[in-house]
Amino acid sequence: MKWNWETFFDALPFILPGLGVTVGLTFACYLFALVFGFFWTFLRRIPIRTINWTVTWVMEFIRSTPPLVQLFFIYYAWPMIPGIGVTLSPFTSAILGLGIHFSTYIGEIYRSGIESVEKGQWEAAKALNFSTVDKWRKIILPQAIPPTIPMLGNYLIIMFKEVPLASTIGVAGILLMANTYGARNWAYLEPLTIVGIIFLLLSYPSAILINKLEKRMNRRFDKEMAFVKEEVKNA
Amino acid sequence: MRGFNITITVLIASAIFSYLFAFIAGLCRISENPIIRHVTAVYVEVFRGTSLIVQLFWLYYAIPMLFGIQLGSNWWTGVIAIALNYGAYMSEVVRGSILAISKGQTEAAIALNMSKFQRMRLIILPQAVRMMLPEFGNYTIQMLKATSLVSLIGMTDILYYGDIIRSSNLSQAPIVYFLVLIFYFLLALPLIWLTRKAESISKKGVASG
Repeated sequence: MKWNWETFFDALPFILPGLGVTVGLTFACYLFALVFGFFWTFLRRIPIRTINWTVTWVMEFIRSTPPLVQLFFIYYAWPMIPGIGVTLSPFTSAILGLGIHFSTYIGEIYRSGIESVEKGQWEAAKALNFSTVDKWRKIILPQAIPPTIPMLGNYLIIMFKEVPLASTIGVAGILLMANTYGARNWAYLEPLTIVGIIFLLLSYPSAILINKLEKRMNRRFDKEMAFVKEEVKNA
Repeated sequence: MRGFNITITVLIASAIFSYLFAFIAGLCRISENPIIRHVTAVYVEVFRGTSLIVQLFWLYYAIPMLFGIQLGSNWWTGVIAIALNYGAYMSEVVRGSILAISKGQTEAAIALNMSKFQRMRLIILPQAVRMMLPEFGNYTIQMLKATSLVSLIGMTDILYYGDIIRSSNLSQAPIVYFLVLIFYFLLALPLIWLTRKAESISKKGVASG
């Protein structure tokens, strides 16, 4: 069998409705990971060695095992656990599964952002008698978050590419639609190619965009640094 | 669990092939020939821009339909998909590391009247490879996770057997999947350790970052 444009245009309207699900799921997972990432960062900052150690290894465990298996665990195994088991819809399972998996990465990004804030800033906050809330809200976070934005953006794209995993537990995104179409008409080539093209069309421009953002932010920081150096020189 | 050898052979084979692809593509990206450069750029962007699972299905279903050929077995399909995908990601690492070697090194090599090939082999690569090691380690862990996808094209890896046991006894699902996760983690541990080791190697004896 060779390439067939008729099949292509027949499959296109069948697959496109799945795009909303795929994109929606991406953003849902992403939001979940952004919020849950804070939770990891917070846990890791607790200055008790056993907790710190446990959290580090739990994060390592989640990060180094396949998201696909975690997805299956949440979808198939979670309802079977006595007591706390709840049956979740495929969509919710996907949010939880992929969200938790990527929250460990996001948590690391937050951590790197917080650690990049200079020691002097922490000391200054203490010297000025800031409360803990004020210290974080007014001094640490405003400096910790901006440098992480490009990295966080990269993760949005990475997650977009991982979301088709959810088709395996029955989330009707573009990949599942393409596979359904393929099984019905015994024509996989065109629908799967459409899925590939959609991914490329969405992820490549966003990657370029983030690259630009990163460069612009670096320039801004350089400018600020140059300004500070100038001030020091004049003083 | 019988799926072990499939998971491990797929991992090892795709790791070797992806390193190979990474070096070929990475070196092609900095070639002086614009055609080679652009063709590789298209390869890298296409494989980085789409998801692995889509590529896997595409190779599995679409290639036989398009060309009427089978890519050997499912095993080869899985290995080729993973290797092409991660080869594309790692070629960026190769390119970045080579470009990060300071220009003075190249100039010194030229001054010593080395050929282009000698320059790459004796001066640039020994320094660049060291910088690549930690990233390669990270990507190898990613590849281990990616091997779980081959169960979707009907290969009998760890996850596949887990699914079989689960479908024969639904109430055992929590234990089965937890065991599968533990197995993957045990496989990942030596890789994590190697990656840390690689990080310390790449930092050792370097005057300034």
